[in-house]
Amino acid sequence: MRKTNMKSMRLFFAAVMVLSVPALVSAQQMESHIGKHTGHADAGKQLYYRYCWGCHGFRGDGNGENWLPTGSFLEPYLNIQPRNFAAGTFKCRSTPTGTLPTDQDLNNSITRGFVMSAMPSWITLTDQNRADLVAFIKTFSPRWKSEKAGEPISVPAEPKLTADSIKHGQELFQKLECWKCHGPEGRGDGPSASTLTDSNDQPIRPYNFAVGSRFKCGVSNQDLYKIFMTGVDGTPMPSFADVVKPDEAWDLVHFLRTLQVTHKSPELTLWESTKEGAEQVASRRVGGTPTGSGIR
Amino acid sequence: MPRNLGYAAVLGVLAASAIAFALPSGGNVSGKVTYEGTPARQKPIDMSKEPSCAAQHPTPITTETVVTGPGNALENVVVYISAGVPDDSKPPAQPVSITQKGCQYVPHVVPMVVNQELKVINADQTSHNIHPLAKVNHEWNKSQPPGTPPFTEKFEKPEFIPVKCNIHPWMHSSFAVLKNSHYAVSSGDGGFTLPNLPPGKYTVTAWHEAYGEQTQDVTISGSETKTITFVFKAKPY
Repeated sequence: MRKTNMKSMRLFFAAVMVLSVPALVSAQQMESHIGKHTGHADAGKQLYYRYCWGCHGFRGDGNGENWLPTGSFLEPYLNIQPRNFAAGTFKCRSTPTGTLPTDQDLNNSITRGFVMSAMPSWITLTDQNRADLVAFIKTFSPRWKSEKAGEPISVPAEPKLTADSIKHGQELFQKLECWKCHGPEGRGDGPSASTLTDSNDQPIRPYNFAVGSRFKCGVSNQDLYKIFMTGVDGTPMPSFADVVKPDEAWDLVHFLRTLQVTHKSPELTLWESTKEGAEQVASRRVGGTPTGSGIR
Repeated sequence: MPRNLGYAAVLGVLAASAIAFALPSGGNVSGKVTYEGTPARQKPIDMSKEPSCAAQHPTPITTETVVTGPGNALENVVVYISAGVPDDSKPPAQPVSITQKGCQYVPHVVPMVVNQELKVINADQTSHNIHPLAKVNHEWNKSQPPGTPPFTEKFEKPEFIPVKCNIHPWMHSSFAVLKNSHYAVSSGDGGFTLPNLPPGKYTVTAWHEAYGEQTQDVTISGSETKTITFVFKAKPY
């Protein structure tokens, strides 16, 4: 009696296995190519449902249990909604606005994490693990089946840093009206800042340059160049690729670095060595005493 | 001689058929879009943070989510043939355009055909970012500072796409990406006309950004003009 039960159970499980194969196959076929590593979605799936789904959700739509949208009666654990992989729109790309990021872009985002959000750096995983995760993330949106990643924008070599370059960058910051959102001192407090929402209608803050040295999409001058030339898709930050020439873009990079008043960059050092720059930076630093008196 | 006559007859038939094909034969669908109930009062827009735009509006303007006219007319409704005509095999050569003027989108609703060029113009003395929040198509977001030349874009799939400028949160528009060029937008008196429809059965859809969509079936025989009306229920949200 018991034996036949076991047998029918075995048959049942075998049937389930066979029936679920088509679903698995579609996930398995997706690959990623990062350097010498080829990522496989089936391996990435195991990792995703161990590390990622608490925030990014069972279906990859950014509705994991750690996320509560603004307006729910509980305070959310997360200040920014986790990326919705099903929408196929990504913030950090080397590719033009509206296009899919490269595998390397996605890998960089996982490796680096997102500053000022709950997304940590996953540098502790192996390179192969991260490549597998990239492959699996690409199974959530049908876009990856019907189109290729965008062509990365070309970033020309960085010209020599000069005070004139910083000054011109400052003029561009005015002219392009970056301050409307990022504020006159880059503190994320411009006149439009309080009205901003992301593409999911959730409130979003413009980047505050004064708080550190890292950007949402990287740490280097090259990363900064790419952020405003490709735009941060899914957020109010547009692409300036059509309106800023490459040499102007580098000037803007040099100026934006000086807004990071707590980060001793070569740009800030040079700018402070000029009279105009020194006055400006001094006025931007938050002054005061440890007791709180005289804060400005 | 009879042979020449034969040629003439053939030519005559060819010419007649050419004229028949060249003339926009067929009927029309025309009518009016109205609302019933009380539409939400449109909010006045405070443009004081953008003086160059505020100066263009001596009397402050309101939001354009629901624009009405006399006799309960409903403006800015996209009326289009949703079934009964084949999809356009290639998009119209002429681009459609949208202009940012006085910190408003002109026109407020922009219908276009799949893959038709859309020209984006900034006529203001301030920067705008044009941000179509597409779900089916690709979402993109481009900055357009004053004095920069127009740029063109296109959408590959049919979709109604809300559009906004994040710098000026009151600026809203809608792109209606349609499968064929049989469309019209209701004017100030709610009127619309869909011309040049060959005899046949059609489904006509009316879409409004706040009130959703309605459909009606019409049959056209010969070159008649069918008159239909759409009545939307105003939501006083």
